[in-house]
Order: sequence, then structure tokens, then C-alpha cells
Amino acid sequence: MHLVYPAVLAALLFCTGLYGVLARRNAILVLMSVELMLNAVNLNLVAFDVWLRDELHAGQALTLFTIAIAAAEIGIGLAIVLQVHRNRGTADVDRLRDLRDDAPDAGSDTERADREEKAEAAA
Amino acid sequence: MSTTTTAVLVPLLPFLGAVAGLLTGRRAPGFVRPLAVLPTLAAAVLAAVVAWRQGGGDAIDAAGRLTPTGSVPIDLALHLDGFAVLVALLVGVVATCVQLYSTAYLRDDPRYPSYAALVSLFTAAMLLVVYSGDLMVLLVGWEIMGICSYFLVGHYWETEAARSASLKAFLVTKLGDVPFLIGILALAADAGTFRINGILTAVTSGGIDHPTLIALLLLAGVAGKSAQFPLHTWLPDAMAGPTPVSALIHAATMVAAGVYFVARLLPLFAASTAALVVLAVMAAVTMVGSGLAALAQDDIKRVLAYSTVGQLGYMTGALAVGDRDAAVFHLVSHGAFKALLFLGAGVIIHAAGTNSLAAMARTGGLAKRIPDAYWTMTVALLALAAIPPFSGFFSKEAVLGAAEHAASGDAKGIPGAAGWLVLAAGLLTALLTAAYATRLWLMAFRGTGPEAADHGKQPAAMNTVLWILFVPTLALGLAAWKLPDWFDGGSLTPTLTTSVLSTGCALAGAIVMYAAWRRTAALAARTPLGAVAADPDAAPYVSEEESIATHEAAYGDIAAAPDPADPGRALLGPLHRHAAAGFHLDAVYSALFVRPTRAAARLARFLDREVVETYVRGTAGAPRLLGEAVRRAQTGNVQTYLSALFAGAVVLAVAAVLVANGA
Repeated sequence: MHLVYPAVLAALLFCTGLYGVLARRNAILVLMSVELMLNAVNLNLVAFDVWLRDELHAGQALTLFTIAIAAAEIGIGLAIVLQVHRNRGTADVDRLRDLRDDAPDAGSDTERADREEKAEAAA
Repeated sequence: MSTTTTAVLVPLLPFLGAVAGLLTGRRAPGFVRPLAVLPTLAAAVLAAVVAWRQGGGDAIDAAGRLTPTGSVPIDLALHLDGFAVLVALLVGVVATCVQLYSTAYLRDDPRYPSYAALVSLFTAAMLLVVYSGDLMVLLVGWEIMGICSYFLVGHYWETEAARSASLKAFLVTKLGDVPFLIGILALAADAGTFRINGILTAVTSGGIDHPTLIALLLLAGVAGKSAQFPLHTWLPDAMAGPTPVSALIHAATMVAAGVYFVARLLPLFAASTAALVVLAVMAAVTMVGSGLAALAQDDIKRVLAYSTVGQLGYMTGALAVGDRDAAVFHLVSHGAFKALLFLGAGVIIHAAGTNSLAAMARTGGLAKRIPDAYWTMTVALLALAAIPPFSGFFSKEAVLGAAEHAASGDAKGIPGAAGWLVLAAGLLTALLTAAYATRLWLMAFRGTGPEAADHGKQPAAMNTVLWILFVPTLALGLAAWKLPDWFDGGSLTPTLTTSVLSTGCALAGAIVMYAAWRRTAALAARTPLGAVAADPDAAPYVSEEESIATHEAAYGDIAAAPDPADPGRALLGPLHRHAAAGFHLDAVYSALFVRPTRAAARLARFLDREVVETYVRGTAGAPRLLGEAVRRAQTGNVQTYLSALFAGAVVLAVAAVLVANGA
């Protein structure tokens, strides 16, 4: 089999995964897309391992390694998603924006006064 | 103990007394009075010993290298000649009298410990100036006097007048001290030494390249310290300090420093005709102006202050005609009788409960209440007016004789114009001096009206001091025959022409003033005036502090009173208003210096607030705007971040590939 088939397939898989990671709104689907990307890489590793006829089969070994890590990763990821869903009632990535930096005028006046007071006390 | 060691102890003892007084004043109140009086007394005794040992012989010089400076070295040098030892003796005696007097005068003052320590420090500084043979060491004493004067004038700092007077005294004398310092440095650069002896050697051998410039720079400092026109304005205002301080600083010591300095360096000033003429003009303007101003003052201490300015004018006049013997003779005799006058004025203020002559003229029987002050002040006023045979007559005659000598062209290297100027101004001032002395005496002791409040007997310490100072006031004139041995050897005895002329002037002034008083005194009963702060039981300083604080409120002016019974007002006529305000020199200074300074300050404020701060705010504003823009990107959506990351990675990859392919 020519190398181009698995290579193109892997590229398609990777792009699908990338699209999923960047565009999907459901956290579980984002995790699945990450799996797709990992598996695209695995496919590449195996294909090049065969094509290069590597004596030590480093590509296959690395693939097994990746699969193990991916399994662990998906376990932890799903646990986090579950906890988030339990806490917030949603797993929508677009609505999980706690790390957003609010504009200073967005905060209420008392809150800001508190902050300034603390800054003065610290100074 | 050698003479040199004794002389070193003279300034050192009051200094140690001051340090000890400042350190222990709070914790050991019992030691404050001995610590104030004893070191000063010991210094006076030692100064007498030094004077006796020196005996008017050759100058004693001793020096130790203080520090190598790389260029002109600074020496801890003593120079004891006849001038130095006699002036030091005067300083020691007057300072001792003042310390004794203060123990009673400021009896209950909570700030007495620091006051006494500062007076001691001041005395030490003046003695250092007098004995020093090195200009830098002299400058140290000179500046310590300036700062002590600031603290002591502001002793009643609860009073607005005292606060502003102390600031004014400090700033005006500093205004003169800056050119003074430059002058000393220029002099040392020319002469190659700070030692006075070395400088005088350089002057005689013609080693000074710019004598006129240096002399004028030094004169600025002298005018500031010795209260000569145009820097005399601080001295009348400085009367807001306690009376003993006025006696010490503003009569006998600090103002004498300037005159003494010129006397020490007289050959330098004599090397420049221009400097001598400037000195003569300064002296003449000072003498006549202060005489007129003294006639219009209402505060008894301000009368004496202007009289001090005028008498210092005599001394600078004597220096302008190149006769330092006469100048220092007048300095010594004036120091004695002016200290007596000030201390007597303190007694009067306490007994009368006011410092206003107008109020005293409406109080009867003041002379009976304070007989000691009455008799001693009468003699001191006679000495001030230069009536023979009191000390002031002889010393003033010496000055006028020197001026006449220069005017007739007999003095070598002295311009005749300076002689004429000093002689004419001196005779006119003799008339004015007698007039204001008579006015002071008549208004203070010959008042009619309700009796003064009974303050009991004045403290013995105060009366004793008056009688101690009475002795030189009475008899120092006899020294005119002996002093030339101590000084340069010129004659100090009165000559017939000037004696007759000046005594005639003085008598004329006194008689005119007496006639005017006879005419106006009756008005006093018809126009009630005056505010009296009688505190019979309190320490004497309380009356003075109260009267200083209330003078402006009670009489409408710090210097004058609207009193139609004042003979000075009748004689001066329309000039009275201007004379009372010191010929508006303060207003001129306000227009020339204060207002431009304020305007400059406003400009600086505007530039700082409006211009500089705009830049500062701008530099803060630009990052803030940039921050606002970048903050938009921080949405909290991880997918957006990743998209940006990916796009960046692609761009970098493309760029790397392009670079690698040599595009």
C-alpha cells in the first residue's frame, strides 16, 4: 500500500479533530475531537513505522504509549466534564467563561472601592 | 595655663554649657540656671585674663591645621590682638549680664532651658568670631549666630509678629551671607590662604587682584549682619524677641560682628576707594534714616532698635574713613550702654505693662516705681545722645574726629568725599539721636495720668545687672586716653572743633524735642489711648509677650501709634507716616522680591500642575488604552484562544518554510 493513503487519511482525521476542538460547543464532543487528533497521529506513526521498516519499531511502541496516555486523558477529561455539568447544569464550552477579564467599569462601585482600600492598606 | 589655652577656653566654655543645658534641661531643671550663668561668667573672667595678659602688646597667634583641603588649607587659628581681646571682654560681660537678667526675666518660662542654652551657644559663636584668625572658622561662628538669632527672636512663637520677625531676620541676614561666602572664597583664591594674617600680608604686597569686587561682596554680608542700609530691615522687627535677647544679639554682639569683621580686614577695604565710598554712603544713609525712623516709633524697643542701627552707622562711618580704632571704641562703649538701655527697657515694659510710649506717656509715677531703671537709663540715654562726660560722648567724638581728619585730607588713601559725607551725616545724626533719646525719656518717665500698677520690687538680678552695666556707661570715656595702646595707636581723644559742633547739635536736638513735648504733652490727657497688660505677679516676660501680641490690635500698627501728644509726630510733620514705616523699605522689598517670587512660584505651580503632569498622565494613559484594546481579546472562551494559537502556529510555520527555502 502506498504511503499516501494513510497519510491523507491521517491529515483528514487531524483536520476533522482540529475543527471539532475549535468549533464544537459540547465539551464531550471537544474531548472526542481531541481523540480524533491523537488517533490521526497514531495512524501516522504506524504508517511511517512500516514504511521506514524500522528494526526497533519505535513508531508502534510510541503508538501504544499514546493510546495509554489518551485513555488516561479521556478519563480525567470526562470526570472534569461530569463535575462541571453537575455544578453548572451545562457542558457548553461557550458558557464556561469564568476566566474572562471584566472591564474595570463592569464591576460594581462598592466592589471597586473595596479593592482600592485593600490596595491602600497593602501599600 | 598659657594665654593660648585660656583663650581657647573662652569660646569653649559657653559652648559646653549650651550642650549640657540642652541635654539636661528637661531632666534636671535645678541645673539649668547654674549651667546658663556659670560657663558664661567663667568665659567673661577668662576673657578678662586674656585681655590682661595680652595687655595691648604684640598680637598672639596660634594655629593648628584643621584639615588639608587639597587647595587652600583651613586652620584652627587664634589671633589675639588688642581689638580681639577687648571685644571678647565686652561680649563676655554683656552675655553674663544677659544670662543673669534672664534668670529673673524669664523666671517661669517653660522654654527657659532651651532659651538659656541658645544664648550660651550664641555667646560661644560670637567669641569664636572675635578670636578666630581664620576666615572659615570665623564663618562658622558667623552662621551659628545667624541660626541662634532665628531661634531666639522667635522665642515667643505663639505670637505672629515673633514668627515672621524670626524668619525675616534669618532670610535677610542670609541674603547678605551668600555674597559674603563668595567674597571669602574669592579672597582666599587670591591670597592663597584663609588666615587673616596671610590675607593682610597679601594685601600689603599687592597680591589681591580684585580688591573692589571682593570688598563689595564682603560688605553685603556685613550690611546684613550689622543691620546697615539696605539690609537693616530685620533689626527693628527682631524686637519681637525677648528683651534680654535684644540686648545681647541686637545691641552688643551679633550686629557688632559685621563691624568687627571690617575692622579686622580694614587694609583690604582701604585698598579699594570704591569700597570705602560705598561704605561711607551706606553709613550716612543708615545714620540719618534710622534717626528719623526712631523719632516716629511707638514701641520703646523699636526706638532702641533704630538707635542701634544708627550707632552701627557711626561705626561703619569710622571704618569708611579708615579709622578702626574709633570704630571699635564706639563698638565697645555702645555695646555697654545699649545693653543697659535694652535691659532697662525690659524693666520699664514690665512695670508699665506695655511697650507703647504713647501708653507710658499717659501713666504717671513710672520713674518712682523703678528708681534703678530710671537712673541708669537716664545716664545711658545721655551717653547715647553723646553728652559729655559719659562714654558715648568720647567714642562718638573719636568717630567724628576721624571723619574730620579724613575730610581735611590728612588721612592717607582715604577719599575726602567719604570724610565729608560721614562728618555731615554724623553731625545730623547727633542732633536726631539726642532728639529721640529725649523723646524716649520724656514719654517714658515724665508721663502724666493714672499711676502705674504696683509690681512690687523688681527682681534683684535685674536691678544688679543694670548697675553693673552702669559702670562702663559712665566711665568708659576715660579709656580714650588708654585705648590707643591696645589699638593701632591713633589718637582717640576728643578734638575741640568736633566736640563743640556735635555737643551743640545734641543739645539743640534735645532742646527742640523738649519744647515740642511741652507743647504737645497737654494733649495726652484729652486723647485717651493705650492698652495696658498688667501682670503684677507673673514673670516680667509675660507683660512683654502680651504687649507685643496686642500692639497691632490696640494701636493699628506694629510700629506707630495714632498719638497726637507725641512730640516726634509734631516735629516730623508729614514725614512721620513714612518714618514710622521705616520709609516703606519693606514695601519696596515686597514689590521687588516678595511679589516676583510669589509670581514665580505660581508659574512653577502652573508648569508643574498643568504641563508636567499632563505628560505624566499621558504616559499613564497610553498603556491604559492599549490595555483596554488587548483586554477585549480575553473573552474566557478557550476555543477562541486555541484558534488564535493555531492561526499563529500556521503563520509561523509558513514563515519558517519560506525562510528555509530561501524566499
